[in-house]
Amino acid sequence: MLKMTNIHKTFNAGTVNEKKALNGLDLTLEKGDFVAIIGGNGAGKSTMLNALSGVWPVDSGKIVIDGVDVTAKSEHRRAPYLGRVFQDPMMGTAANMEIQENLALAMRRGQRRTLRWGISEKERAQYKELLATLDLGLENRMTSKVGLLSGGQRQALTLLMATLKQPKILLLDEHTAALDPKTAAKVLELSDKIISDNGLTALMVTHNMKDAIKHGNRLIMMNNGHIIFDVKGEEKKNLTVDLLLRKFSELSGGELVNDRMLLSK
Amino acid sequence: MVNIIIGAIALGLLWGIMTLGVHLSYRILDVADLSVEGTITTGGATAAVLISNGVNAWLACLVALVAGLIGGLVTAILHTKLKIPALLAGILTMTACYSINLRIMGKANIPLPTTGSNKVETVFTPVHDLMKSLVGEYDENSSMAWLLDILVSKNFSAMLVGIVVVIVLSVIMYWFFGTELGCAIRATGNNQQMVRAQGISTTLMIIICLMLSNGLVAFSGALIAQYQAYADIQMGIGSIVIGLASLIIGEVLIGTKTFKRNLVALAVGAVVYRIIIALVMAAGMAANDLKLFTAITVTFCLSLPLIKNGINKLISKRNGEAAANIGEEE
Ligand SMILES: Nc1ncnc2c1ncn2[C@@H]1O[C@H](COP(=O)(O)OP(=O)(O)OP(=O)(O)O)[C@@H](O)[C@H]1O
Ligand SMILES: [Mg+2]
Repeated sequence: MLKMTNIHKTFNAGTVNEKKALNGLDLTLEKGDFVAIIGGNGAGKSTMLNALSGVWPVDSGKIVIDGVDVTAKSEHRRAPYLGRVFQDPMMGTAANMEIQENLALAMRRGQRRTLRWGISEKERAQYKELLATLDLGLENRMTSKVGLLSGGQRQALTLLMATLKQPKILLLDEHTAALDPKTAAKVLELSDKIISDNGLTALMVTHNMKDAIKHGNRLIMMNNGHIIFDVKGEEKKNLTVDLLLRKFSELSGGELVNDRMLLSK
Repeated sequence: MVNIIIGAIALGLLWGIMTLGVHLSYRILDVADLSVEGTITTGGATAAVLISNGVNAWLACLVALVAGLIGGLVTAILHTKLKIPALLAGILTMTACYSINLRIMGKANIPLPTTGSNKVETVFTPVHDLMKSLVGEYDENSSMAWLLDILVSKNFSAMLVGIVVVIVLSVIMYWFFGTELGCAIRATGNNQQMVRAQGISTTLMIIICLMLSNGLVAFSGALIAQYQAYADIQMGIGSIVIGLASLIIGEVLIGTKTFKRNLVALAVGAVVYRIIIALVMAAGMAANDLKLFTAITVTFCLSLPLIKNGINKLISKRNGEAAANIGEEE
């Protein structure tokens, strides 16, 4: 489904701020893989997802999604393959537009925008049904501006938008980090449900080790711009937080587990 | 006096088209595009040259609109492709337009006389003629003469044209921003990251929106030149501030709850602005002080939310004290 080969990306090359963010990263995903990604601050998790979505071109390497080489494609040309939910709940929606208008924009992901009416009656009924499954009462606020919603509601909506038109890969970058624990748990549960119901291939970055162990069929750990640990299936199921932490200090060459990894134990 | 007000309404409606254009950049795309100061004159200049050479007035307006589209395209490319900040890109286009406008006109001023030996046919002429033939001959001493005077005045026919054009353009705008493309443009003004994630090129959306904006502005310039019976190299100076003043006055008076309402607000704002100007002029303000007056009006309107907030705070504080006093009395 996805093959990223030997990806390199350096920010601010040639300056004092030079930062090798991706350093020979290799990643292969099978169809239906649901991968939890962990790693310390600055490990390159977000950078990997950004490289995949084409926020900027990579320095070297190759990215193939479902047989299509997208390495040279710009961000909006890769959108047909990808559904994305960002860490910041403000990032995934247009605040001054209605809930239904946001959904209609997402429904047409990757399609040419024509002079046809932006939202049809039939769609409206469909959105109402889908919003009802979120169980947040949004189905009765279809014409409300998204800016009026809470962070959790916006994030749930973004999740729905990202999967409205089935993506080849769903990218979740700490999409529950900005939410309070209860809402975060709810959004995470919802993500799990949407992914399994639709058999989606997904990448989910999280700082919560327990979540990383609990969700998905595969777990990868990143450090210094590449993957240092990759487990699947049974082996993943048997992981514990302690085991992961031990693994981390071992594989990162004795580097101390940083605060944030510990905090979210 | 009635004639002055009707003239203000007519001019307000014609400037209202410009306000629609400013709304596209300033509100929908959320960029302050100064190129309109140049393209409004480009519109006036283009139309004036064509009309004084005998071209049909509506066709001349259409060509002016296309000239505006090109102006908008230049700004959009400077901004999106060459990554020049929008404000600066607008200033560059505006500056370049000055030379181009002089080239188009060949001189600083082209008269478009509607009377005399070298009179020209403007978009208002047929309406004016129609009104005259409808009203026919009348006795200047009759009690209804004042009304008939108005009906056959140039200002009245300009107002009629203005009403029709503003309504037609507003309806088109309403339709356009309900389409898939229009929605994509609106979203671009909100959140470019999200728009790209939906597979839409934000560059293309910005280009389309700035082109439409400047096209409308140039079209407005073409009509204004015909109304005031000349195109002048200076006619665009301060126009962005006038556009913003109209836009904000409309928003304060009518509001922006729905897009329909917002469109009405733009036209009303432009008309009210002109009426205010006409009144202060009639009250004896010197024409040279107008721009200062407009700038102060816009400043006042822009800070209105802040002022409102302050007043609300003051009121709630008063009420709080009053409540406290009542408490003491008890
Ligand atoms: N656009 C950018 N410009 C410059 N440096 C960047 C940019 N994006 C990321 N970096 C740098 O690249 C490194 C990797 O960052 P990245 O955001 O991928 O980390 P992360 O693993 O997502 O960490 P976190 O857990 O804090 O989100 C960091 O040092 C960061 O400062
Ligand atoms: Mg990150």
